[in-house]
Amino acid sequence: MVGMATVRETKLPGVGVRYEFTTSDGTVVGVLEHHDGRADVLVYDSDDPDRCASMLHLDEDDMRTLGTLLGASQLTESIGAVQQQIEGLWFEWVELTAESPAAGATIADGQYRTRTGVSIVAVIRGSATFPAPEPLFEFSAGDTVVAVGTREGLAALRGLLRP
Amino acid sequence: MIAAGSAETARAFIEIGGVVLVLAFLGRMAGRLGISAVPFYLVAGLAVGDGGVVTLDLTEDFIAMAAEIGVLLLLLALGLEYDQDELRDGLRTGVRPGVFDMTANALPGVVCGILLGWSLLAAVLLGGVTWVSSSGIVSKVLSDLDRLGFRETPSVLNILVIEDLAMAVYLPVVAALVVGGTVADTSLAVAIALTAVVVILIGALRFGGHLTAMLAGGSNENLLLTVFGLTLLVAGLAQSIEVSGAIGAFLVGLALTGDVGARSMELITPLRDLFAATFFLFFAFRIDPSDLVPALVPALALAVVSVLTKMATGWYAAGLAGVGARGRVRAGTALVARGEFSIVIAALGSTLVNGPDLEALAATYVLILAVAGPLAARFADKIPLPAALVQRAALAHREASAARTLA
Repeated sequence: MVGMATVRETKLPGVGVRYEFTTSDGTVVGVLEHHDGRADVLVYDSDDPDRCASMLHLDEDDMRTLGTLLGASQLTESIGAVQQQIEGLWFEWVELTAESPAAGATIADGQYRTRTGVSIVAVIRGSATFPAPEPLFEFSAGDTVVAVGTREGLAALRGLLRP
Repeated sequence: MIAAGSAETARAFIEIGGVVLVLAFLGRMAGRLGISAVPFYLVAGLAVGDGGVVTLDLTEDFIAMAAEIGVLLLLLALGLEYDQDELRDGLRTGVRPGVFDMTANALPGVVCGILLGWSLLAAVLLGGVTWVSSSGIVSKVLSDLDRLGFRETPSVLNILVIEDLAMAVYLPVVAALVVGGTVADTSLAVAIALTAVVVILIGALRFGGHLTAMLAGGSNENLLLTVFGLTLLVAGLAQSIEVSGAIGAFLVGLALTGDVGARSMELITPLRDLFAATFFLFFAFRIDPSDLVPALVPALALAVVSVLTKMATGWYAAGLAGVGARGRVRAGTALVARGEFSIVIAALGSTLVNGPDLEALAATYVLILAVAGPLAARFADKIPLPAALVQRAALAHREASAARTLA
């Protein structure tokens, strides 16, 4: 069977939220997300179903590592469009392909701010970062454009950069 | 001003420094033994207080003030602990276990107070003492024993939330009753207290977001001063209209949410620890150790009954959440510990005729249960249970998971 098991959610006041599901072999597995960003991975006991037979305490670095290991295949697909939301402000990373009309053109040529309302705050080229690029900055294929704006504006920008 | 009276100042520094160092040493011992520091602070207070081994008289005023601030910070931290959604959820789902908790645990205290021949009000305060679990000890025990992920834990935490909410009503009402006066005066005071609580609570839930937004940004130092100042100011205003100041502090805590709430909690915790330790010390400080002897028998009896009634509460609450027999026993034992709030409630009654008896009984009771509670929780799985009960739960679980696998 393809798809996700039903995930049950329980709130723990003052602590965080616990998610749990039953794996295909019948083991109940849970994740307890603490308010402070840590997480525990829980494996429930089959004899005493309310007790955790084992527990894994993860800090934020461990969570990222484990998430990367488990989600490696999905991650490659989504890396081109990392989106992050910070209280109504959206960031987007757009990688320019060789076919992109923007490659070889300057920021001023594209009139992105006028057309989408979005600000291009940085350009990443290889290991170099160009923060706050000038209007005459010239894009080349393979650049990653970092932009800030509304969700709609960012979608429009994406359409312009990667039609 | 600073230079003058330097001999007195020097002596005050030595006394305060010595007392705080003793508290630090006791806290370290408690940490090593894996139990709450509260009973240790109480013992220290008994030792240096009236009729104790050494008597400090010079700094009593200072310590009394610090103790008052300690209560405010305890309640502020309590309000900060839960966000508004958690409190709303608590109100929605926690009423049934909350009512069971109150009935099963407050009643023995009230009955005991009446049997001892105390006034009804003192008996009601004793009911409060036996009612509330120590949220500080309980959450520490759950995390120390690695039980936060256990399935009975949400039921335990929900009981703590509903008790905290109940305190928001109970404390101002009994505080108004303690002030006393004619029936008309008292009912007016109670009405004012309740109205103020409702108004501030609704205000906190509706406009807490604005307050939080106003305080976001700015340095930690600034936030600390703002929150501390606001807490004392609101508490003072509440006190001046005969509403318990502690409730004002609790409501300030409720109003601060999100990131600001989390930062405030982090900043206020060291202050709370310092002042709350002073509060426990001062509480025991005023108790004459010789009063503890007559309190011992009722305190022991109450403690035994309280262990049973809290275990029944946990059994019932976890049962509602579909937890099995073992988990229900763990939930019960986790709730047994009484601590900071039992002392806060007993301190409210200090001016009553039976005040000294109430305080001595509460101190003895908390000394017993703050130690026995964590021990009970630790050995919960060793408590023998009828095999049939445990097997039935495991069987039901296996059937349920088999059904899930098939589906």
